[in-house]
Amino acid sequence: MAIQGNKKQIVILGAGISGHTAARYLIRCRRKSKTPYEVVVVTPNPKWNWIPSNIWVGVGQMTTEQVTFDLAPLYARIGVPFHQARGVSIHPEGDAEMPSPYVLVEYTSADKAGQTAKIPYDYLINATGPKLNFGATEGLGPDHGHTVSVCTASHALEANHKLQATIEAMRRGEKKTIVIGTGHGTCTCQGAAFEYIYNVEHVLRDAGVRDKARIVWISNEYELGDFGMGGVHIERGGYITNGKVFAESLMVERGIEWITRAAVNKVEAGKIHYELLDGSKNELDFDFAMLIPPFSGVGLKAFDKAGEDITAKLFAPSGFMKVDGDYTPRPYAEWSAKDWPSTYQNPTYGNIFAIGIAFAPPHLISKPMTSANGTPINPAPPRTGMPSAAMAIAVVRSIRDMIDGAPAPTQTASMAKMGAACVASTGRNFFSGSAATMTVFPVVPDYETYPEYGRDLNLTFGEIGLAGHWMKAMLHYTFIYQAKMRPGWSLLPD
Amino acid sequence: MTVTNKEPYQQAYYPPKPTSLTCFMRKFLPWQLVRFAVINLKMIKLMRNSHH
Repeated sequence: MAIQGNKKQIVILGAGISGHTAARYLIRCRRKSKTPYEVVVVTPNPKWNWIPSNIWVGVGQMTTEQVTFDLAPLYARIGVPFHQARGVSIHPEGDAEMPSPYVLVEYTSADKAGQTAKIPYDYLINATGPKLNFGATEGLGPDHGHTVSVCTASHALEANHKLQATIEAMRRGEKKTIVIGTGHGTCTCQGAAFEYIYNVEHVLRDAGVRDKARIVWISNEYELGDFGMGGVHIERGGYITNGKVFAESLMVERGIEWITRAAVNKVEAGKIHYELLDGSKNELDFDFAMLIPPFSGVGLKAFDKAGEDITAKLFAPSGFMKVDGDYTPRPYAEWSAKDWPSTYQNPTYGNIFAIGIAFAPPHLISKPMTSANGTPINPAPPRTGMPSAAMAIAVVRSIRDMIDGAPAPTQTASMAKMGAACVASTGRNFFSGSAATMTVFPVVPDYETYPEYGRDLNLTFGEIGLAGHWMKAMLHYTFIYQAKMRPGWSLLPD
Repeated sequence: MTVTNKEPYQQAYYPPKPTSLTCFMRKFLPWQLVRFAVINLKMIKLMRNSHH
């Protein structure tokens, strides 16, 4: 495949929330760009997935068709070449055969499965998202383990099948233990598990079998409500209160037990083995378990012109791509909001950017903790949802300006200067449903600007109620409409 | 019938539990319509502050 004419070519690896947002905005910005450019999307999945609604698939209240749609017809409609393939390696200097930078991809579509191609680029956006690293914990995951997942629509569908079987057993009078949370000491994405546990509890009540279930939350958070952001403080009832209080309150209200500071290290059929921060080793029996896996980079390699492996130059050991953050190791007390990247430009190759989960965070947000046995037990920082879309838009505008002659990125979207909204469903029903609505600003605490709590308490809030469910439902339909690029999509907020 | 005291000092002993009024208001449609509007305004404010 060759770059057409004098047009610059922008290749996006990945078409999840950040990658597809980048594709949409590149097409939108193209109309105003002085220099024509081509946009190419490479992703191994044929479908786009609104991941936040997977939890409803996981309890049988939505179908996979309601949370996904085919990407190929959409990209054909907007004139974006689409390759259903996974990125294998990046060649930022080209090679002896191809002088321009390119990515080597391997097709995953049935008609071309296993075939490879070199796709040249002038600018590359790495939006590959994570590898769901179930292998990090023995016995974890739906494929080779004993737990289910809601990380993909198909995983969520399988989770629902097993949940329904569990409910049927409870209808027959059997008592069951349901465990939901994180499956490793370094997981992120506690929010998905948080939503799932409450939705499971909600459907058990609807099915009339709540009294037959012991429900247990297990996570690597130091306290409930940490969510990989070190927790939040909000003003409520005349006090500035930590989110832990509200998270624990909801657990008590719904009759859910919790285990925190836990690293699940092995799962056997019906038994979870976990270690606590105090070093103790424990076991928990279960009948149904949904545990989120840890994330890692997708395993992209990088090679220079001579074919030398330069993966370590472009990527952090975790497999996530290095960008303009400050990766100097420092103790927690010396971490700064300024460490966090703002342009998402790779420091070695200025025409490569990484957004969403694909960029390497400079450090955690939650304080690093290690058990008495040396096991890290701390949540990784979240980089999904609203922040990942904001990064995508900033990078798109920078690339457009660089194509038009700007010497460096012109736009920034630091997680230390942006907020995030999270609407966590706690039960889906138009009248009896509810959700916890949370906003936090900024995502990464900035103790220079907000010395007491690191965050602006005027913009950080949380509440639970039916209105939250309406919000969650509205976001579901709005974002899928927007992702399908229906008329007026660009007027909707990201 | 003998009454057994509820076991104190357990995990669920300490966190605040919503009162029946709080639970009612979480589902009370007129109030939730107000909260829906408020949440939307808060999110718009958040997005405005996030864009540079």
